This record gives sequence, C-alpha cells and structure tokens, in this order.
Amino acid sequence: MTPADHAARYPEVWRKFSPRQTVVRYIWFAGIVFVAAWSLRHLEIPWEYFLDAHEQVADLVVRMYPPAWDHFGQILDPLLETIHIATLGTIVTFGISLPIAIISARNTTPNVVTWFIGRFILVASRSINTVVWALIFVAIFGPGPMAGIWAVAFRSIGFMGKLIAEAIEEVDAGAVEAIEATGASRLQVLMIGVLPQVLPVIYGTTVYRWDINIRESTVLGFVGAGGIGIQLYSSINQFQWDEVSVMLLSVFGVVVVSEWISATVREKIT
Amino acid sequence: MTDTATATPTPTRWKPPSMIERPAVRYALWAVAAAYLVWSMGALEVDWGRVAQGFPRAGNMVARMFPPDFSRWDLLVRGVVESVEMAFAASFIGMVLAVPLGLCAAGNIMPRPVYLVARTLIVLSRTFHEVILAILFVKIVGFGPLAGLLTLVVASVSFISKMIAEDIENMNMGQVEAVRATGASFAKVLVYAIQPQVLPRYLGVCIYRLDANIRHSTVVGIVGAGGIGMTLSATFKRYDYDFSMAILLTIIGLVFIGEFFSNWVRGKLR
Amino acid sequence: MLEITGLEKQYPNGFRALHGIDLRVDEPQVIAVIGSSGAGKSTLIRCINRLVEPTAGSVRLNGLEITRLGRGDLRRARRMMGMIFQEYNLVERLTVMENVLSGRLGYVGFWRAFRRAYPPDDVRAAFELLERVGLGGRHNTRADALSGGQRQRVGIARALMQAPDLLLVDEPTASLDPKTSRQIMRLICELAHERGTPALVNIHDVALAQNSADRIVGLRDGDLVFDGGPADLTGDALNEIYGEEDWSATIRSDEDDEDGAAPPPPPQASAGALGK
Ligand SMILES: Nc1ncnc2c1ncn2[C@@H]1O[C@H](COP(=O)(O)OP(=O)(O)O)[C@@H](O)[C@H]1O
Ligand SMILES: [Mg+2]
Repeated sequence: MTPADHAARYPEVWRKFSPRQTVVRYIWFAGIVFVAAWSLRHLEIPWEYFLDAHEQVADLVVRMYPPAWDHFGQILDPLLETIHIATLGTIVTFGISLPIAIISARNTTPNVVTWFIGRFILVASRSINTVVWALIFVAIFGPGPMAGIWAVAFRSIGFMGKLIAEAIEEVDAGAVEAIEATGASRLQVLMIGVLPQVLPVIYGTTVYRWDINIRESTVLGFVGAGGIGIQLYSSINQFQWDEVSVMLLSVFGVVVVSEWISATVREKIT
Repeated sequence: MTDTATATPTPTRWKPPSMIERPAVRYALWAVAAAYLVWSMGALEVDWGRVAQGFPRAGNMVARMFPPDFSRWDLLVRGVVESVEMAFAASFIGMVLAVPLGLCAAGNIMPRPVYLVARTLIVLSRTFHEVILAILFVKIVGFGPLAGLLTLVVASVSFISKMIAEDIENMNMGQVEAVRATGASFAKVLVYAIQPQVLPRYLGVCIYRLDANIRHSTVVGIVGAGGIGMTLSATFKRYDYDFSMAILLTIIGLVFIGEFFSNWVRGKLR
Repeated sequence: MLEITGLEKQYPNGFRALHGIDLRVDEPQVIAVIGSSGAGKSTLIRCINRLVEPTAGSVRLNGLEITRLGRGDLRRARRMMGMIFQEYNLVERLTVMENVLSGRLGYVGFWRAFRRAYPPDDVRAAFELLERVGLGGRHNTRADALSGGQRQRVGIARALMQAPDLLLVDEPTASLDPKTSRQIMRLICELAHERGTPALVNIHDVALAQNSADRIVGLRDGDLVFDGGPADLTGDALNEIYGEEDWSATIRSDEDDEDGAAPPPPPQASAGALGK
C-alpha cells in the first residue's frame, strides 16, 4: 500500500456531513435567521419602550401585591359563569361534532360534495379563534354568556370533528364490511359498525376539549361574551391591579384544577 | 346444574351490561348531570329577549357579509403581514430561548431547585390564555406589535420548553450513561447523547409552534397588540361586516397555508 | 337455489380476477372452493353478495337476480346471505350478544337497533345459537376478550342469526391453529346440514376440504377448472388447480381423524338446542 492509498483509505479528517450537505444546512440556518430578523425589523418596534419595561413590570408587581382578597366575593359568580360557558359549549359540540366528523371521514361520507363541506367546516372552525367567534356571536346574540357558549362550541367543532374523523378513518374496515353484509342500512352500519369503535376517542377528546375550553372562556369577556374576562378587562383598564391579581390567581387555580380533572378522567376511560 | 339449565326457558330479553353496574350510582350520576344543567343554565344571565332577536340578526349579518369586500386590500395586507411577521419573529426567539429553559426543566439531568423554578415558570405562563398575556403586555409596553410579539414569545417559550423537557425526561438514559462513561463533560454529554435524541422532535415542535403562532397572531390584536386582529375587531365595531368577512376568509386561508406548510415540513423531518 | 352464470370481475386497476364463472347449487350442500392464493376465491364469494361489484354475468339466488338490484333491494337480498370471515370481523368493543344480534340488523329498524331492543324471538334465537356454537353463558363478554376460535364461533352465530338461504364463508380457518380449524370447519358443516343451508366455503387446506365438504370447486387464475365430489379430487385434478406438485401426501388416505377433531362437548344445555 502506497502512502497515497493509505491516506485515501484512512483519511485524517472525518466529517459527519459532506461539503454539499454542510452548505445546504448553513443555507437553511441563514434563511431562518434572515426571515426572523427581517420580520423583526419590518415590525418597526419602538424599542425605546422596551427600555423601561423592567420598571413597568416591577411597578405592576408591586401594585398587584397584596391581592385584594375581599374582592373575591364579587368574582365568584363570573368565575362560575366561565366554567358554565366552557361546559355548556362543550356539550353543544359533543352533539354537533359527530355528524360533521362522519361526513368529513373519507370512508363514511356520502359523496365528494359532503366530504368537501365537512372538511371546510372543520378548517373554518379551527382557523377562527374562539375570541373571534365570540366577536361574531356578540354581534348576533348581544353581549353575554350565550355568545360565549356558541363561540366555544363553534371553535371546538373543528378540533373534535377532526380528531373523530381521523379515528373513523382508522376503524377496522372488516367489522364494518361484516355489518354491511348482514343487510344493515347505512345508518345502522354507522351505529353498530363504526360508532362503538370510535366512542373512546369521542369521550377522550370531549374531556380534553373541555379543559381547553375552560382556559379559552377566561378571555371571552374581553369582547363581551361573558365570564370572568369582563371584570378582568375592566379592572385592568382601571388600573385596579390588586383586584387583577386576585382574578389571575383564581383563573390559575381553576385552570390547574380543570387540567387535573381532565387528565384523571381521560386516564380512567382509556 | 344440568337440570336447572334445561329447565329454565331460554330468555327472550337481553340488555347490554351497563358501564356503571350499580343502578343507584347510575341514576345518581344522571340526576347530578341534570341538576348541573338546570343550575348552570339558570345561573347564566341571559337576556332572552336579546337572544331571540339573534336569529333574524344572524340572517341580516350573513346577508351583509356577502359579497366579502376586498377593496381595502392594502389595510388587509398590512394587518396580515404584521401578524405573520410577529409569528415568525416570535417563533424564532421562542425556539432559541426555549432551549435553556427546557434543559432546566428536565428533572433527570438538572438539580431539583433549578428544575422546580423552571417548571413553575412554564406552568405559570402556560396557564394564562394568550389574550390575557397580550393585555398585560399592552399595559407594560403600550399598544402595537411589540406587545403581541412578547405574548407570542412567552407562549412559544413555555410550549417548546415543556416539550423539550418531556423529551429529555423520556429519552434513553443508557446512551447518556455510555457517553458519560467516556469521561465526557456535561456540555459534551449534551451534544453527543442528548441533542441527537431530541433534535428531530424539537424541530418538529418548533414548526408546529410557528403554525400555532400564526393562528394566535390573528387574535392578540383584539386587545391592541398588533396584527390583523386589530383591524378585524374594528370592523365589528363599525358593523362593517363585508370587510369582516374578507378578513375572516383571509385568516382561514392563512391558517390553512400555515398548517399545510407545517405538516409538509414535519413530514420531511421524519 | 344459487345459479351463477358468466360471472366476471375486472378491478379498477384493470386486473381481471374472474373470467366467466358458471356454478349451480341445487341442493343444500357444503361446497369447498379451493385454489391457490390469488386465484379469485374471495372475489367470487364477494361478488355474490356484492361486497365487490361484478362487472358482468348474473347471480341468481332462489330466482332473484342479485346483480341488478338497487341499494334497498340489495340490502334485503343480503339478509338472505350470511357471511363468515377469515378475520372474524366482529365489532370488538361490543359484547358477544350485540355481535350476534347484529345479524338481525336487516330486519329491525334503526331505533330498535339503537336501543338494543330486538324482538323476543331474535333474542331467544341468539341465546340458542350461542349455546349451539359452544359459547353458552358468554353473552356479556366483550368480543375483544375472546380467543380466535371463540371469535369465529361468534361470527358463525352472527351469520346464522340472519336465517340465511346461503352461507358465504371466506377462509374461516386460515387464522386458527389446526385443531381449532377442524372444530370450526366441522361446526360450519354441521350447522349447514342441520338447517339445510347451502354453504360456499373458501379454504386453502385441501385435506380439510376433502374431509368435510360435499362438493369441491377448484379455481385457477379466475377460471373454474374443477367441479366434483371429494373423491374425484385426484392428483391430476390438483395439478390442474395448483400446478405440478407431488400430491401423494396431501390427498385423503381415508385416515380417520375422529379423535383429534372431536368438538369439545358443548355445555350440557346445548343438548336441548341440539334436540330441537
Ligand atoms: N381491490 C383489488 N384491486 C385490484 N386487484 C385485486 C383487488 N382485490 C383482489 N385483487 C386481485 O385479484 C386476484 C384474486 O384475489 P382474491 O379473490 O382475493 O384471491 P384469493 O381469495 O383466491 O386469494 C388477486 O390476484 C388479487 O391481487
Ligand atoms: Mg382470499
């Protein structure tokens, strides 16, 4: 073996990536950094506001302490209303999302048109944030929890419908075929062949969504759709920071407890 | 045994076994559910007269939404671009800041106090809805995209770092020990044993977060934190529903593209 | 009873799985359909109840032309054909009883099925069938808690709940061990004879087919190449169906397999059901 052969066979430099790969990787890095930097510049942020931000924060914290706990009596009702909005909204969704999931799943939709409609409903429902849905329903039903319930329901349809439709597309097709072979009607096939297979997913996503909805309904009041958000918004705007801190702590408690309940229930049913 | 079996006639009734075996418990649960419904619906302060007007109003509103008015597209584009820029910049800053916080929040590689502090930070910021964070930031740094950017950064950091921490806690400790056994320092363990295991999912989570940030960037504006949401809530205040519809359709399109892009990239990463 | 003429199937990808099959069944007998994998056995059976749409030809069951029925009429026709599957195809999360009763879906309305309120006669028949297939007392067990052989017994009961005029059986034993296979095959044949129901059974175990069927039909690449009694199935016939091979060890040597294949004495009560 000549030294040249030896060098070729046992190179002294080892690289994980070939030069080409390396270049491609750096181009990706540079591209990401460039897009982020450009976005940031283009936002034309007045950074001088940022300079005294720490003072503002410190000021806020000082004013928030001590929390005005005597205020708690007044926020109990709105807090309960927040929970009711989430729960009732989730119940409404529980009823609506199954039919929409059925027409959105490729294996159960009656035809291409219904599939397309179903998919559009899912995408539209998920793209529009709960708060934006609340804006719409406040315009329809006027301010109050009614608008909140429908906002929560309309946003959740997309979430639950999508997950249920995915579950329907994954059902055991053999069992469905067997039910079809008995001469069952379309509705019966759905009920006996498909539904039992996706029921655990339906229960699981409902409970999961409920817990998300609790968090969502804490801000519905900002646009007038009921719940604790109304008081929170007005206290913030009146700089009643000691009241704000009571509300934030209560919201924190409710969200943490609901998350725990949801996790426990889901563990039980699966 | 044989006698009784042949003596008893074949039953002609059958009921599926219930999920909850004790009838008393079952009925009690139903009663609780019914009581909750009555209570929650009674507790909501719904102005039924106003709600009754809702249905004609909804029809009227839908009528005014069509055809959507895209004539003020310059305003629309400016808002959408601002939203997208906030999302890009926040995702990038978030993915960078999330790494140290995520490492600190991994119980299996960090000392207990560090872990507890990091986890508390994550839980605190995750509990509050983006819109609550947004309004607090508006109070701290004033109206405009900076408040929205900070909101999305906080939301991204807490989300991504939680995922990183969970991944590290679930990773294969054998590999870590093997690298440690070579006498590697903590930094080397990080690069050789931990990074290869969590990197692919980290990138996936970041892309997912970009998608989520695009969605959220459309609402923080409702409380004055920049982006298309500001424009949208203004149109609702002015009953400018054809422009609202144009904005909503744009948001749906934007979110759809974002989701498509995110799925595509995550498909590539796999 | 069953009359198939010129049955053809071309799949959407252009593959022709059946080229003009003719088959008549005039008496209640068990017909084993044999042939190598991909010969078109499943396609044939599925074209009869139109889980697969035939592209040409006719299928007549008791004089009724199946191939031209509309949706509603097809459903009524399917009630007359019970089907048993290789993978059992039970709804796993439902109880045994719900699976068996689902055989009556073609006869009951939506709400009855929804409330699980089947007519008393159906419920009695379901209990009797469960005894008969050896699952007495297991009616409240969930299907996913059963073994393969037990699941197939539920599948058989479900098909027979339809009180069918024809049984379509697709590889009923392919997922089972040899002993259970024989028990299941025996059960199917017994029930078919007991009830005077003709059965078309796809099977790839030639020896098992020869031992249990009254008549054997051989398929090769979508053509019917053999139709005769079990005794006519010679080495030459098998060469025709499967291609050249040494068959001496496979063909029935009239050895008696009674001992190994005896069904487990079903629980005592089945005596009542048997005597009926
Ligand atoms: N859905 C389908 N599309 C295309 N070809 C198919 C389809 N189903 C079956 N085939 C083909 O038809 C032939 C017969 O299949 P099948 O009836 O399942 O055979 P067997 O049950 O005898 O094993 C096979 O070659 C198979 O590849
Ligand atoms: Mg087959």
